[in-house]
Amino acid sequence: MSGWDKFVETFFNAKVMVKYLPDILSGVVVTIELALLIVVTGLGAGLALALLRSLAIRPLNWLIVFTVDLFRSLPPLVIIVLMYFGLPYAGPAPSGFVSTWLSLAFVLMAFSEEIFWAGITSIPKGQWEAARSTGLSFGQTLFNVVLPQAFRLTIPPLTNRTIAITKGTALGTVVAVTEILGQASSAMSNSYNPSPLMMGAAAYVVLFLPVVVAARWIETRFAWKR
Amino acid sequence: MIEAFFNIEIMKAAWPIVLTGLWNTILLSLIVVPLGLLGGLILALLASIRHPLVRWPLMAWVDFFRAFPPLVLLVLLFAGLPFAGLELGGFACVAIAFFLNTGSYYGEIFRAGIDSVPAGQVEAARSTGLTRMQAMRYVVLPQAVRNVMPDLLSNTLEVVKLTSLGSVVAVPELLYEARQAQSITYNPTPIVMAAVIYFLLLWPVVRLLSRLENRALAGRR
Repeated sequence: MSGWDKFVETFFNAKVMVKYLPDILSGVVVTIELALLIVVTGLGAGLALALLRSLAIRPLNWLIVFTVDLFRSLPPLVIIVLMYFGLPYAGPAPSGFVSTWLSLAFVLMAFSEEIFWAGITSIPKGQWEAARSTGLSFGQTLFNVVLPQAFRLTIPPLTNRTIAITKGTALGTVVAVTEILGQASSAMSNSYNPSPLMMGAAAYVVLFLPVVVAARWIETRFAWKR
Repeated sequence: MIEAFFNIEIMKAAWPIVLTGLWNTILLSLIVVPLGLLGGLILALLASIRHPLVRWPLMAWVDFFRAFPPLVLLVLLFAGLPFAGLELGGFACVAIAFFLNTGSYYGEIFRAGIDSVPAGQVEAARSTGLTRMQAMRYVVLPQAVRNVMPDLLSNTLEVVKLTSLGSVVAVPELLYEARQAQSITYNPTPIVMAAVIYFLLLWPVVRLLSRLENRALAGRR
């Protein structure tokens, strides 16, 4: 057997691939579920915190800033491990899926709050005053004047951050979540062949590459002309 | 609660182990950050050759590594390569994975920096007799780096946090050592210690960054 054939036989073994395809596909489903949950809850919580912060209640704002700083400085894997291996000592024992979801959602919440807030503060005070003086309420000003402009500014940094954090679903493997990497790793040790791992890697590319390319397009589309 | 998460006895016992991990994390960061910067600089310099035959493959390269989770890359190197007869240690795998992954992110940042320097400056520099390389080195790069300083710092923060992935391939950094200590003592206190150390180490950077970012985004208008 030539070197090339041996390489293909090892890394792209058709028999092994066919056998473990269902496992990898079920991993893909878990990864997508996890990713969607993280994006929806993380961005939602981030926006909610930024809106709360715009009310300018001092002690509340300190608390928000501290929470954001905390989740920006801790490595996501440390948060996941702490939640999965640590929390059970205090009572609640979240599953690996829940630990990964909550941890990454907290991280995305922190980063997106920061970005939303920067967007809101970038709108000049004069616009607030003008809107309020025409008779709009605080809420109307926020939702009809400030946020639409702020969103535009926040979209490029937000998409990049969201992708980077969503890729972190692979960290779930460490706490036994049966997402793509987890399925691929266990299939690899069962078959003693790296083909499942190659399939898993391909699955990530198929899943995330279109998102990255779309983000690049959004970046140029929403860029402010200099 | 205190008994479980802030156990003084366990802290005392675990401290030497956790401290070893901290030193290794610092050491690892001092190696992988320059590696990533180097990779990024190479990519950005290549991208400044504005030829489609260079630019498109580079863009594909960068997008690929932006789409690929770093942990998957690490596992692929650590668990996949031995099947090809190439057995690298955990540390070497981390170094290679970081060079590829964080290099792509740094590359995008450097590229944006280089693009932010007006073309007229290169033309002016060239017309005074500087070569292309000299113009890049003395005129474009210093300004480029200054323009993207907040992004460089922010990415470096992410890289330092990412070194915690080393724990998955048995590199004895902070998280790995903390988990070792946890499994010996049957108590999560060492992991809490590691989290507190990460926070104390990186909080000042986060504070600084959040100021820089607010200013940058507000200045865009």
